[in-house]
Amino acid sequence: MKYVKPESLHAASVLLSEEPGTTRILAGGTDVLVQLRSEVVEPDLIVDLKHLEGFGDITSEDGGFRIGAGVPSAEMYEHKALHAAWPGVIEGAELIGSTQIQGRCTMVGNLCNGSPAGDSVPGMVAAGAVVRVHGPDGERDVPVEEIPTGPGKTSLAKGEFITSIFLPARPERSGDAYLRFIPRTEMDIAVSSAAANLELDTDGTVTSARVAVGAVAPTVRLVEEAGTALVGSKLDDTAIANMMAAVEAACSPIDDKRGTVEFRTKTAGVLAKRAAHIAYERAGGSK
Amino acid sequence: MAFDENVKTEFKVIGQRVSRPDGIDKVTGKALYGADLSAPGMLIGRVLRSPHAHARIKKIDTSASEAMKGVKAVVVNSDLAEPEDDFFRDVKDNCLARDKALYDGHAVAAVAATSRSIARAAIRAIKVEYEELPSVTDVDEAMKPDAPVVQEGRADETVPAGSGPNVTTYLEFGHGDLEAGFAKADKIIERSFKTAATHQGYIEPHACLASMGADGRGDLWCCTQGQYNVRTICAEVCGIEATQLRVTASEIGGGFGGKTTCFIEPVALALSRKSGKPVKIVMSREEVFRATGPTVSSSSDVKVGMTKDGRITAASAKLRYQGGAFPCGTVEFGAQSAFAAYDLEAVRSYGWNTLTNRPKEAAYRAPGAPMAIYAVESVVDELCQELGLDPLDVRLKNAAKKGTLASYGPTFNDIGLVATLEAAKAHPHYAAPLGENQGRGLSCGFWFNFGGNTCVSLNVNHDGTVGVVEGNPDIGGSRASISMMAAEELDIPYEKVRTVITDTNSLGFNDVTDGSRVTFAVGLATIEAARAAKREMCKRAAQIWGIDAEAVVWEDGAAKPSGPNAGDHPPMTLAEIAADMDSTGGPIAGHHEVNADGAGVSFGVHLVDTEVDPETGATKILRYTVFQDAGKAIHPDYVEGQMQGGAVQGIGWALNEEYIYGEDGRLQNPMFLDYRVPVASDLPAIDTVILEIPNPGHPYGVRGVGETSIVPPLAAISNAVSRAADVRMSELPMSPPRVLKAMSER
Repeated sequence: MKYVKPESLHAASVLLSEEPGTTRILAGGTDVLVQLRSEVVEPDLIVDLKHLEGFGDITSEDGGFRIGAGVPSAEMYEHKALHAAWPGVIEGAELIGSTQIQGRCTMVGNLCNGSPAGDSVPGMVAAGAVVRVHGPDGERDVPVEEIPTGPGKTSLAKGEFITSIFLPARPERSGDAYLRFIPRTEMDIAVSSAAANLELDTDGTVTSARVAVGAVAPTVRLVEEAGTALVGSKLDDTAIANMMAAVEAACSPIDDKRGTVEFRTKTAGVLAKRAAHIAYERAGGSK
Repeated sequence: MAFDENVKTEFKVIGQRVSRPDGIDKVTGKALYGADLSAPGMLIGRVLRSPHAHARIKKIDTSASEAMKGVKAVVVNSDLAEPEDDFFRDVKDNCLARDKALYDGHAVAAVAATSRSIARAAIRAIKVEYEELPSVTDVDEAMKPDAPVVQEGRADETVPAGSGPNVTTYLEFGHGDLEAGFAKADKIIERSFKTAATHQGYIEPHACLASMGADGRGDLWCCTQGQYNVRTICAEVCGIEATQLRVTASEIGGGFGGKTTCFIEPVALALSRKSGKPVKIVMSREEVFRATGPTVSSSSDVKVGMTKDGRITAASAKLRYQGGAFPCGTVEFGAQSAFAAYDLEAVRSYGWNTLTNRPKEAAYRAPGAPMAIYAVESVVDELCQELGLDPLDVRLKNAAKKGTLASYGPTFNDIGLVATLEAAKAHPHYAAPLGENQGRGLSCGFWFNFGGNTCVSLNVNHDGTVGVVEGNPDIGGSRASISMMAAEELDIPYEKVRTVITDTNSLGFNDVTDGSRVTFAVGLATIEAARAAKREMCKRAAQIWGIDAEAVVWEDGAAKPSGPNAGDHPPMTLAEIAADMDSTGGPIAGHHEVNADGAGVSFGVHLVDTEVDPETGATKILRYTVFQDAGKAIHPDYVEGQMQGGAVQGIGWALNEEYIYGEDGRLQNPMFLDYRVPVASDLPAIDTVILEIPNPGHPYGVRGVGETSIVPPLAAISNAVSRAADVRMSELPMSPPRVLKAMSER
């Protein structure tokens, strides 16, 4: 097993594309080290990226935020402006692992781990986040929901990796929220999850809505119909019922040790409802 | 044993919350646990485990592994001795499979190598040829006549003809006329229940360091609840004379009953004997889950009849337990404790133990009792609901008391059940208002407690300090409580006493730390050892004063002349006598050896409020109060800790913990992520009320407190959830999907 700390994005890309064996990228390491320890994987090459320029930075850009791929959850939590603009994204990132893990883990790692249950992913999808991908052919920007393609799988090509996440500017009267269901209160993995991101007009009517669900399909899903169901409403019972029906229709979960199909589907709707109400309140809406 | 004639009711040290002697070592990381010891030239041992739930082992080819550089030994079942006794042969066959792998994770072979990575590669180089067999993991499935046969010919003489091939024991007992009793009832409820297997969940995995010399002498350092028990097992399984194997217990990171047997120690000894080097084996968490003992899973039918005013007229329980791939006797404890809290005219218990393709069950706090009492207390609660009766009043009305003929045979002596129930009734918790989607549940609990073989030495040092030497690993604060009892008896400060736990060659035999026996039995032996030392010190003082030893008494930590005729001598303190002991006859020590009887039974009552989320089925524990009879609480912090710890483990068991098997018979959740013990944020502060109804069998009235507390939570929480969710729950764990489904079907 080789461990390499390349000096540039280009060098990293070359290393990763030229390695014939199994590769792993190290940022926070909270997935890779666990996989090594539990002997799930024995990579031939580990490429450490977290020291590269910009990887540890949160910077303002076009009224929004660019978050480096090495920024741990705990630092995002403590970034006042980011936290105020995107509380739902932050609360997802703040649910990964434990307090200790949150000092190391990154949203990019959470995304590229490819788990449909990744806690930071639905919030990013609902937020309309865009990731910047570096690879042998240069840079490209990709909507976050296009990165995971199935459990443990991503759309990234060999030699490609994500360098940052961009969260757009927030209009007045907007809010987001993320909720997950776990049988405990912490230190767990989502059985189902939902994020909602709303924009309101001055009288509290929803003008834009994005709803994303996790752990109920092979990837985190953006449920466009669920968002559409809320637009034009003030989250009245009918709009919420339509939104929940759209969420349930979008679910295609598995039956496993963590939950049944029926349970996951039903709770995804319930969580989406609760997240929408929180997001609405954060956006300044009142009923 | 009769109540001690010198019984103390006024205490100076007992009942204080003194500093724990192991605290600083534990919080600074200095304490040495099982994996913390290393030896020069030490090898790393690693175990190959079956990926199949049930498979015939046709061939094990270790040649490629043995040929690897750095591999110093490979062992299989035939490298161990062949014990004659079934019990030891089962331990051996569990440590390394004989001709069949009996469960997913069953050890098949082991290697010792010079590094962890070589050991891992060596394990992979072992070629095992398996013939897969049909498997069974569910208790009810395993009892069917056409179930896959786990082991042939393991039924004992109690099993009626025509039982399924996996049933190993059957029992039946009780008293009175059930039919007549049920005829007198105004309401009869009969329900079936299931409980999942749960693991003790100790944080420290099993670990040991074994060293067998060319001279046939061995040393073993390991994490265990009983070093003597480890010696006995290893001596049988490895063919070593007891005295040639010295076993030292490490500090222990939790046991809860699960460290009262051996899984890796005989394997490490065999590897060390073969390689000539010390061998360390440390289990991974996955290995702990797959291959060490969880408790039994159960299936039961309970029938109880009650009059309109709450008198139970008859009760019966049919209990079916599976304890994994080897025979166990756990259902007997369940059947005996099922109705212990009740004074019944007509009662009958039936029990079956059955084999399955699961890991061999190991003791877990009050083994067998929680699942039986869960079923009984659920039915009693439902009767209270149906008849509109107060559940505490009904328990009080039917409570076992002194003179009650217990369903399992004995007539109770002084027991604290009524006082415990009355304390619960008087507590503000019982009258506190409940909100929407909330429910309150309660349950009684019981455990027998145990005494057993015990040996203690108490040594007086020249400087007036005292050392106590005992042979039971400290799993719940026993070093503190033993020191306290020695200090109390000698009437010296607690800080002047240090208790250590010694190895198997330094003290006579001690039973394993189980049955909540240590504070009772080792405490009793320590008090007697202290009394022996006091007699000797009185003798030394008498010798100095030139009077008869009978004319000297021990008071306020000093020898004193017992009356005017004894002469006018100033008292001699322990320190003064100790300073002079070289010239008065040499070392002063007290000993006591006993097979202690008279461990008093202990009852507890748990009261819990829950809230169930109607949209997700999630249960929140809002408030929890434990009432328990401790006889005499030596160190109240530790007693409360036992009460709280039992409640917390019970909360996990009731709500989320379970062994989940797939269709293929493989364990699906061998990790703490998916085997969900409660985390701190899941829990309210667990309130405790200690009652002290002295046990007549102990000089200070002590009853064991370590196990009773895990018995009531299952039913208490199930009753609370059933009332909050407005649907009777009858299967554990009450995980959110299960509760939500039950609510949708009500």
